[in-house]
Amino acid sequence: MGELKLMKGNEALAEAAIRAGVDGYFGYPITPQSEVIEYLMAEKPFERTGMVVLQAESEVASINMLYGGGGTGKKVMTSSSSPGISLMQEGLSYLAGAEIPCVVANVVRGGPGLGDIQPAQSDYFQSVKGGGHGDYRLLVLAPSSVQEMSDFVPLAFDLAFKYRTPALIVSDGLIGQMMEKVELFDQIPRLTDEEVIKRHPWATNGKPKGGERRILTSLDLDPHKLERHNWHLQEKYKTIEENEVRFEMLHCEDAEYIIVAYGSSARIAQKSIQLAREKGIKVGLLRPITLWPFPKKPIDELTKKGVKGFLSVEMSAGQMIEDVKLVVEGRTKVEHFGRYGGVIHSPEQVLEALEQKLIGG
Amino acid sequence: MSEITLQDIIKPENLVYKKTSLMTDKALSYCPGCGHGTTHRLIMEVIEELGQENETIGVAPVGCSVLAYEFMNVDMQEAAHGRAPALATAIKRLWPNKVVFTYQGDGDLAAIGTAETIHACNRGERIVMVFINNGIYGMTGGQMAPTTLPGMKTATSPYGRDIATMGNPLKMTELVATLPGTYYVTRQSVQTPAAVRKARKAIKKAFQNQLDGKPGVSFIEVVSNCNSGWKMEPVQSNTWMEENMFPFYQLGDLKVDGKLIDK
Ligand SMILES: Cc1ncc(C[n+]2csc(CCOP(=O)(O)OP(=O)(O)O)c2C)c(N)n1
Ligand code: SF4
Ligand SMILES: [Mg+2]
Repeated sequence: MGELKLMKGNEALAEAAIRAGVDGYFGYPITPQSEVIEYLMAEKPFERTGMVVLQAESEVASINMLYGGGGTGKKVMTSSSSPGISLMQEGLSYLAGAEIPCVVANVVRGGPGLGDIQPAQSDYFQSVKGGGHGDYRLLVLAPSSVQEMSDFVPLAFDLAFKYRTPALIVSDGLIGQMMEKVELFDQIPRLTDEEVIKRHPWATNGKPKGGERRILTSLDLDPHKLERHNWHLQEKYKTIEENEVRFEMLHCEDAEYIIVAYGSSARIAQKSIQLAREKGIKVGLLRPITLWPFPKKPIDELTKKGVKGFLSVEMSAGQMIEDVKLVVEGRTKVEHFGRYGGVIHSPEQVLEALEQKLIGG
Repeated sequence: MSEITLQDIIKPENLVYKKTSLMTDKALSYCPGCGHGTTHRLIMEVIEELGQENETIGVAPVGCSVLAYEFMNVDMQEAAHGRAPALATAIKRLWPNKVVFTYQGDGDLAAIGTAETIHACNRGERIVMVFINNGIYGMTGGQMAPTTLPGMKTATSPYGRDIATMGNPLKMTELVATLPGTYYVTRQSVQTPAAVRKARKAIKKAFQNQLDGKPGVSFIEVVSNCNSGWKMEPVQSNTWMEENMFPFYQLGDLKVDGKLIDK
């Protein structure tokens, strides 16, 4: 069993970055995730593992530091919250285009604009539909506990390197700020420079002696070549969709109604389900762990099984519901419930919405 | 007497100069007469001379030299517009023993990338930054740059740059020289053989600084022409540059070994 600690989600993420053998963290403070860089600076991983920690001048700079650093084959990471992640969209598009692995954590807060500093889930569209320009996808993991804030860091790196693509960890201010018991995984050693060079022949870390130089770019002025590059990216995204869908199901076996919820909303929904079942309403939870690729198959199967309706519970005006609807294709009822702008719904409110929108309606 | 053929001339003893192996054979995409190509060659010659071809990572900008990676035969990354110093920062931090440089135009380095430029310089990143100042946005068809001279006509200042409404030209090199994080700051040009020799020396000094682990950025501005953007013949553009650009952007060292030069 690994070391047990009581930690904030943000701290668990930071500690996991050190333990995952990350080579470089580049970030810019923003509430509610500033603890990540504060923790790293206080822990001094540069002395422990040799990890570089740098406070950049902006999120635009941090994401481009990930381009440069990730492009050399090293493990690089940043974290921010909604307004900062918006600034990173240009960089994410370039990273996806140039196929550079990296991990970006978004501790989502209320929006639009400067919004507030309270938890929200209103960056779903930006995360899974591509907030930047061009045809690209990001691998998106959604932790719903402090434990997963830790566990998803090495997982995100594995996936990012496996597919040479940026991976996003999308939590929210609630998970970032709350304290829970977490079992930390053991230190994964950082790769040596020689190992990085050997493992990632595509990376630009100095032209191999007698070999060809490497170029990392997202540019091709020949439209036919750029179309071919896009085909290659789409092939890759298809493979990810086939192999990397992750989700969790709770009480779905006998369920007549399904709540679809991720992150904090999934935690809240668990309580709603308990309350519903006490009243004799058979409700189950489908929790997407990967927001992209989205768990289409289980939703389709539940629809085929004849569930009477889905309630997409999100702390947003209704974003993920569009993906649920795309799978359900009108075969059964799909409704949304959620408080937003930084307001967190209660388990009772979720149950009430379920009764009104799906059962009563 | 028989005619002299090419074969008579190409003899080892007659070869005084050859193209560096660090320039690819790809035909340059630059307009004939443009300073970009010459500057590329100088950087690659210096890297070859210093024996760093397997240790170097270059960062290309967005601008006419967006395709620098097609011509420079070393590992290269192509950055988003203005972001090269951020990329270079991370590369150098993660590979402190490698040689890292950026190559950027004036729109890239002194407009959209101002923050990245200033902060990389101010943090004292141990990188080389090469800054091609042609006073215009060459790539996008000759629009006004932060460096466009007062009164200079461009596609977005068709009646000449009006200082009152369009602002002043930015002397980025003077600005970064004042930052404690720059170690060597110089302004050069490449329009004559003598200028080329001087610029080459400056570029070599910059890379040598990095190899010697000197603290801070070595920053080389190359005041250059954009004959297409300026709508001039190449020779005419060089004369215009000497007469108009040089008085405003004065050539020479601004900072050497971390110390400002008194002028
Ligand atoms: C984000 C973004 N904005 C604008 C552009 C369009 N653009 C491409 S190159 C360029 C200006 C380049 O000028 P400069 O850096 O001076 O390089 P030059 O071509 O003169 O060498 C602009 C505005 C872009 N590619 N990306
Ligand atoms: S447009 Fe100007 S900067 Fe670009 S290649 Fe032509 S002369 Fe050079
Ligand atoms: Mg220019």
